Amino acid sequence: MTDRVRVALLLAPALVILGGLFLGGLGVAALRSFGYMPILGLTEPNLDAYRTILTDTALWQSLGLSLYIAGTSTLISAVLAVAAALLIRSIGPGRRALTFLFQLNLTMPHLVGAIGVLLLLSQSGSFARLAFAAGLIERPGEFPALVYDRASIGIIVQYIWKELPFIGVIVLANMRGLGTAYENAARSLGASRWQAVRHVLLPMILPGTAAASAIVFAFVFGAYEIPALLGTHFPQALPVLAYDTFTDPDLTRRPEAMAMAMLITAVSALLIWAYMRLLRVGAR
Amino acid sequence: MIWGKRLAALVLATALLLPLVPLAVWSFARGWRFPDLLPQAWSLRAWAYTFGDISGALGAFWQTTLIACATTVIAMAVGVPAGRALGLARFGGKAMVYLLVLAPVIVPGIATALGLHAVFLRLGLTGSVSGVVLVHLVPVLPYVILVSASLFANYNLDYERQARSLGASAWQAFWQVTRPQVAPGLVVAALFAFLVSWSQYILTLLIGSGQVQTLPLLLFSFASSGRNDIAGALAILYILPGILILLASSRHLAAGTATLGRT
Repeated sequence: MTDRVRVALLLAPALVILGGLFLGGLGVAALRSFGYMPILGLTEPNLDAYRTILTDTALWQSLGLSLYIAGTSTLISAVLAVAAALLIRSIGPGRRALTFLFQLNLTMPHLVGAIGVLLLLSQSGSFARLAFAAGLIERPGEFPALVYDRASIGIIVQYIWKELPFIGVIVLANMRGLGTAYENAARSLGASRWQAVRHVLLPMILPGTAAASAIVFAFVFGAYEIPALLGTHFPQALPVLAYDTFTDPDLTRRPEAMAMAMLITAVSALLIWAYMRLLRVGAR
Repeated sequence: MIWGKRLAALVLATALLLPLVPLAVWSFARGWRFPDLLPQAWSLRAWAYTFGDISGALGAFWQTTLIACATTVIAMAVGVPAGRALGLARFGGKAMVYLLVLAPVIVPGIATALGLHAVFLRLGLTGSVSGVVLVHLVPVLPYVILVSASLFANYNLDYERQARSLGASAWQAFWQVTRPQVAPGLVVAALFAFLVSWSQYILTLLIGSGQVQTLPLLLFSFASSGRNDIAGALAILYILPGILILLASSRHLAAGTATLGRT
């Protein structure tokens, strides 16, 4: 058996399953987004679904909301993750405990964090009760709306809670791989501790951090259950709008849901491109 | 300076644990109205309800376990060989294979699942456990392939070559020489693959068509209908496997965690 045949045999089952499910799923969604549904006698592909959704302001508001949630959550998580990794690296006692808490957090489903955030931040939640005890408010309604709110504070807080440890674990592994030799060299040439971090360490961990952030952005942008639980009824996050359109009793709206799925895919395709570029830069 | 760091570390640790606190307290609360800082009375009612027949929680727990186990077994069976090829061999089109494996990690599941729903409906797979297992493979299989590829990339093939030169067959060389060395990493990969399936929500909701009841679906419905006590108990039950898996595998974690966050 030649090596090429061996490699092909090792890869074939996984690629058939993955290709069938992933490319098949996206392919069918694409066909339906063009209104191609032979079962219903629709065999003339058209752009009606795209025309309908792209002329609807609700779609643009949903797209904007999802980009805002994903962008804000990713940026804050990445900055805090680098800071937390620097902190964990520099403390002696407690380093293992904090690393364990990061790993523990990685095993938690997002939904659990979302319910926890809901119980903490809602207008009758733990923080509102503390505010009452401190005499700051007299009724739940006086507590600022942090869930089901226009600024999506609750959603963003839950994503930071989940994604800070995710990026943090990657940054920590990255730092461990680099060791301290480069920073020591900079220090011996007269750099201050902060200068060594700022001009030597940070540029080296940037590609890995950015690649992890691209994964986080794509995930947050396309996630359903968190905005479904903690979000406003209008505008809805794009995945929530797509799901609601899909489950609309009016079946002729399904191509619109598929067109939204294509829009979500297009945004994530950009992120795949960014991810692969970043890691190639990182490998150099 | 040192006190500043300790304070920052304490704040970080508190923030990481804080959302779990009200969940645990609610699960033992009997009436906990605004503005009380602690419940008026403590009770095991939510837990009794959770483990009773009406809630369906135990059924959902086993259903979720069954789906996650089946997904993991299939993903390991086909994903580990692929990971070995990707991690060790050089071949034409490797970049394309890598792209196909990476894409499902980044493209949101809802986009794929909306299309798959139509196909599965035709095949009679919507509303069935096997349909849900298949759709869970979309995030789980790439995870297994990527983790095992990075495991094999760090493995030195010379060991296997030496065994071959001493007369071992290809299978003997793999089973007796390579397997013991990659086994701990693969066990961690399998445990975390289980967790990736365990955490799925929208894929189960779409393909299960509401007929395949898993723990996250049940948890969501109790949380959104304001039953905080039962949601608290269910949430604790829901995170237990993850905690057990972490404790069991914390020695070998390096391979698993980095790609995990997508659960």
